[in-house]
Amino acid sequence: MPLLEVKSLKTQFFTRDGVVKAVDDVSLYVNEGETLGIVGESGCGKSVTVLSVMRLIPQPPGKIVGGEVMFDGRDLLKVSDDEIRKVRGNKIAMIFQDPMTSLNPVLTIGRQIREGLELHMGMNNQESRKRSAELLAMVGIPEAEERLDDYPHQFSGGMRQRAMIAMALGCDPQILIADEPTTALDVTIQAQIVELVKRLRDELRMAIIWITHDLGVIAGLADRVMVMYAGHVVEESTVKELYANPRHPYTLGLLGSLPRLDEARAERLTSIEGLPPDLIDLPPGCAFELRCAHAIGKCQQERPELESVGPKHRIACWVDVTEGVVP
Amino acid sequence: MTHDGVLLQVRDLKMHFPIAQGILIQRKVGAIRAVDGVSFDVLRGETLGLVGESGCGKSTIARSVLQLYRPTAGQVLFDGEDLIQLKGERMRRMRRRMQMIFQDPYASLNPRMTVGDIIGEPLLVHNILKGKARRERVQELLHVVGLNPYFVNRYPHEFSGGQRQRIGVARALSVQPEFIVCDEPISALDVSIQAQIINLLEELQAKFGLTYLFIAHDLSVVRHISDRIAVMYLGKIVELTGRQELYHRPLHPYTQALLSAVPIPDPVVEEQRRRIILEGDVPSPAHPPEGCHFSTRCRLVMDRCRQQEPEFRDVGGGHWVACFADNK
Repeated sequence: MPLLEVKSLKTQFFTRDGVVKAVDDVSLYVNEGETLGIVGESGCGKSVTVLSVMRLIPQPPGKIVGGEVMFDGRDLLKVSDDEIRKVRGNKIAMIFQDPMTSLNPVLTIGRQIREGLELHMGMNNQESRKRSAELLAMVGIPEAEERLDDYPHQFSGGMRQRAMIAMALGCDPQILIADEPTTALDVTIQAQIVELVKRLRDELRMAIIWITHDLGVIAGLADRVMVMYAGHVVEESTVKELYANPRHPYTLGLLGSLPRLDEARAERLTSIEGLPPDLIDLPPGCAFELRCAHAIGKCQQERPELESVGPKHRIACWVDVTEGVVP
Repeated sequence: MTHDGVLLQVRDLKMHFPIAQGILIQRKVGAIRAVDGVSFDVLRGETLGLVGESGCGKSTIARSVLQLYRPTAGQVLFDGEDLIQLKGERMRRMRRRMQMIFQDPYASLNPRMTVGDIIGEPLLVHNILKGKARRERVQELLHVVGLNPYFVNRYPHEFSGGQRQRIGVARALSVQPEFIVCDEPISALDVSIQAQIINLLEELQAKFGLTYLFIAHDLSVVRHISDRIAVMYLGKIVELTGRQELYHRPLHPYTQALLSAVPIPDPVVEEQRRRIILEGDVPSPAHPPEGCHFSTRCRLVMDRCRQQEPEFRDVGGGHWVACFADNK
């Protein structure tokens, strides 16, 4: 049985301009110790999906209008606010994109790490201080004991993200949700953080949901990948299969858009023309149809569901790109 | 390198920003050495890529080359003329020949001006075209960058990030420059849109014979678009060579670490890669380390590196590197 299972999640934002269908019928699961990557561009619903899992959607304007989030034998969407608070930061922890805005600038790093420990683990002052020093040392911050009294502005970007990770790991979470944790960092610092997360994952055997727009980072990190577009999952597969044998035209487009460092010579990038659709006014058919090079008549009228095209490989597309004809 | 093939020569360029203290009487107490003595050439018709991490001084180079900052020291020879010495009308005439595309397509377009006015403004400033002719030229430019010519009367907020960047490109092209500095033109865009802009820049280069100084922090993008690449670290260029050579035979330990840190979108390749993980963070440019600026994080550091600054020298075939270690 999966550790976390999300079924048909629907999250919408009710704005003056209309209803934004940010996440529309998304299902996912994570097994124990597994790393799931969720890839997509801005506004595809990847962050809203995990924020909905944690029930962190601002309400109003947002609302989770349907679906289930099964964790530990319960539906997290149905439990009380007190109950979900016991899960957040405890069994399921989260780290965010921008470590500067997600740390409180007027509290010391130590104070912020201790908060979770005292709240969820019932530690006293002394215990929590000792434990937070251990945690900071574990994420590779030198002289951890002294650095506990520093404020976030005294840390560099990479160190702040390390402190965030220390905070998230404080209560031995079963699942770590990472929402673009390296996007704001330089590439050498990104490599440090990715190495750190890999090491901690193997040591602590936790499951990870890693959200990113970067198909490069996810290639070296994930076991399984989901590609999202306009609030839908369009492709899902094991990491090797996805890169070796991408089947959805959007995934193909994304991979073609990326210049590769190891490319032999500069070839013209195959960009995806046009723009993502307006989530308020989604077409009735496939949301990618307007930008798709393989689109056929059916794509305009009917939205494709996720269907298996191989072992552990599913796509939501009417067209078989390997043959160029309708399956 | 023949002289007539060189469009831009930068020699020992320094840009230091003073750190002042005091409220009424401002005293200079130090300097941020953002660019600390760099030399390079840009050849006519080529794309020179400039890579480095945040705060290494790459945007400062861009701005001091175009004289948007007055450099502290050094020479910037554009077509043989030192821009730092030029003033007034002569400088203004020179500016027609070099333009810039900015990183943030939201901040670099005036929200109160129509697209037509934004793209046409350089034509007015430089007294090139007026009235109907100007309007027609603007529409032609919109077409060139792949936007609908009927958009002239719209405002920037009506466009997406990628479309705004196209407007920025059209503005840069309006005065028919020879040289365009692209300062992280795609960093703020989504992956699929990035490819559109990269392709556009490449097409325009071929069509108009443009020379680019292309600045980015993403080495895969820079390697894709550039003919030669300069790698910067803390105010210095540490290595400069052709795009293939840099990837296959990087000589500077920083370049090696940078290359190894760039993720490759292929799980099979990723599995076999060995990363050189740099410890710690970049030191402050207000107090760069003695000797080689990279010495505090270098895995090959020797005593000499902490005392002496390595010379930026050609080790053969136009491969420039600033390092004492014999790293071949």
